[in-house]
Amino acid sequence: MAKITFDGIEIEVPDGTTILNAARQIGGGIVPPAMCYYTPLKGTGGKCRACLVKVAAGSAKDPRPMPKLVASCITTVQDGMVVENTISQQVMDVRKGIVEMLLINHPLDCPVCDQAGECDLQDFAFEHGVSTTRYEEERRTFEKIDIGPLIQLHMTRCILCYRCVYTADQLTPERVHGVLGRGDASEIGTYIENIIDNEFSGNVIDVCPVGALTDKTFRFKQRVWFTKPVNAHRACENEKCCGKVTLWYKGKDVLRVTARKDEYGEVKEWICNTCRFDKKETSDWVLEGPAHINRASVIAQNHYELPVVNPQVIADLPESTTRELERNPPLRLGGLNN
Amino acid sequence: MGRKLLTEHINVEGINTFEVYRKHGGYRSVEKALKTMTPDEVTEEVKKSGLRGRGGAGFPAGMKWGFLAKPEGVPRYLVCNADESEPGTFKDRQLMTKLPHLLIEGMITGSYALGARTSYIYIRGELLYVLRILEKAIAEAYAAGFLGENILGSGYSLDLHVHPGAGAYICGEETALLESLEGKRGNPRNKPPFPAVQGLYARPTVVNNVETIAAVPVIVNEGGDEYAKIGIGKSTGTKLISACGHLNKPGIYEIELGLPVEEFIYSDEYCGGIWKGRELKAVVAGGSSVPILPKELILKTAAGENRLMSYESLSDGGFVTGTMLGSGGFIAMDETTCIVKNTWNFSRFYHHESCGQCSPCREGTGWLEKVLHRLEHGHGSMHDIDLIVSVAKQIEGNTICPLGEAAAWPVAAAVRHFRHEFEWHVTNPKEATAPGAVYRGAAVLA
Repeated sequence: MAKITFDGIEIEVPDGTTILNAARQIGGGIVPPAMCYYTPLKGTGGKCRACLVKVAAGSAKDPRPMPKLVASCITTVQDGMVVENTISQQVMDVRKGIVEMLLINHPLDCPVCDQAGECDLQDFAFEHGVSTTRYEEERRTFEKIDIGPLIQLHMTRCILCYRCVYTADQLTPERVHGVLGRGDASEIGTYIENIIDNEFSGNVIDVCPVGALTDKTFRFKQRVWFTKPVNAHRACENEKCCGKVTLWYKGKDVLRVTARKDEYGEVKEWICNTCRFDKKETSDWVLEGPAHINRASVIAQNHYELPVVNPQVIADLPESTTRELERNPPLRLGGLNN
Repeated sequence: MGRKLLTEHINVEGINTFEVYRKHGGYRSVEKALKTMTPDEVTEEVKKSGLRGRGGAGFPAGMKWGFLAKPEGVPRYLVCNADESEPGTFKDRQLMTKLPHLLIEGMITGSYALGARTSYIYIRGELLYVLRILEKAIAEAYAAGFLGENILGSGYSLDLHVHPGAGAYICGEETALLESLEGKRGNPRNKPPFPAVQGLYARPTVVNNVETIAAVPVIVNEGGDEYAKIGIGKSTGTKLISACGHLNKPGIYEIELGLPVEEFIYSDEYCGGIWKGRELKAVVAGGSSVPILPKELILKTAAGENRLMSYESLSDGGFVTGTMLGSGGFIAMDETTCIVKNTWNFSRFYHHESCGQCSPCREGTGWLEKVLHRLEHGHGSMHDIDLIVSVAKQIEGNTICPLGEAAAWPVAAAVRHFRHEFEWHVTNPKEATAPGAVYRGAAVLA
């Protein structure tokens, strides 16, 4: 175990924990933002530099400060380490610089972007950015490529976090997309204009922190804050698929299906493309109740209406569960036209 | 006349062949090390020599060797970084072209010291003809029994491979080099873990520059203490300086560290002064990534002492009035040089060569280049000058690898010392963009 001080708060975590994960155990506003790091994906992190923190004392043994800011997502804790995040002006200034860098070539097309409302970059910019830009040059654009009927690629929005590359490496048998080109001409692409087609490809949509990879079947259908997330599950035939999802309702229609995300936007259990793209009827699912949405999120700003549940699904539940649901309803029970 | 440790026989006819090289005392260090010394003794000699990494950072080579993790039963590697691509640096190319066996000898002795059974030379993709020279030399060394199984009957075996890059500057960064050598995209890795613990194929690895490895035979032959007597202070031994730019005699010079910069530029033994009888304006002393210094500061330090060609003297004054020895790419600029244009040119290079992995470098290098392009072409504003300094500061220190710094430092230094010239481009755009126009005002010294 290692005892560290993060923004003045002491916490003891197992050896080998990263600074970011130690901070997440404390939770709240002191947690550094992470745009590229993704806990379930091995090898991610260190690229976006959004989570840079100051190490004021390296360890109890060697209490010298680290010369540069370090990426908290990949730097492991040492016993006696003292880390400064929000209390360090230097860190805050650097973070402002990182937002600026990430935004100079970003199209800022949030008004038409499907990711708006659940976009990490939007949140990051809202928290640490400034309202003006010093960038006068033309923004970078890319030639559009089609990566298949299910996933929409908007390369101009990409921040090159590499998450989707790791996802394809670790979830799917063969990766057909990757980073082509170099420097600010790097782009996510398939060589040559291949189609991303395998049962778990849809997960790249969930891991994408921005609107670069979005669900084609949900495209322009609805702003996410007008939809209502409801947790549901089904017994998926694919044994690698967990079958646990969030359904996004508008009225009684399921507009899209995503994997469940935790409070840091991370998917811990992956779902297959059948669950994601093909099962868009309430009757396909066993509903569990409204998905937890962070209060700070714009999605939570809207009033929740309990979604309507297919009576057939209810009928299949054991009686004890039905009674419990009636007494303490997370859902409105009844017919579809009720 | 300084001593020549590496290049003594460089102009001997046929020195690139095994026979001639051997006749001039080649491969003695292999015999000495394998027959009379333990690996640790070789490492100890390198430590004693005070040899510092010649690739740019100047980290003590012996200490780097000492950091190598040596778990039982796990292979270790020595990798030679021959991906020399820093603008202004061309010493390794010459060394490998003329003296391929010197590098191979260093690789054998070095690998023996580190306990490596397989070693690699990662060579810049553009140097394909040098790769052929090296491969031929390696074949000769195999034939003579200096490579392969049971070298010289000592029981030590070594395989040496040459691998070409595909022309990316970033692959000269040691972890990007290892990625590329493994056959992946050449993106620098996050550190730690350092290569000494997890390098090539996640095994302990030492990555050294060509010139560093080429100095190992000399150290083993003459002894670390003898080597340490050459040079000045902590800058021991000799260094190859590739001098280019507006000099009467540009070229590669092997100097004893501690040579006064003034002597290096003006004496007939070295660069022979500035061409066409012009005045020196500025010098980039260690390859394009180190801060540029105006004439006054490169010849004398801020304290008025003579500036010497050594790690310490060149960095005297930090980045306010100093620079770095870097890789020894010495670029001299005469009075007709436009610093704004030069800075833009450097920026363009780093923009082109950024790997695009981490955001400050990917976005920042392009931004710098575009603003500098504007300034150079007379479309800039005063605000732009502060903007590039600010952007450079946002990149510096916040990136995965040192390429960010390499892009930021030259810009920051150029504005620091030649701010008036940038301002002149803003206030007199017509004059400044006219062909052959030069600003002749004084540089800012502190």
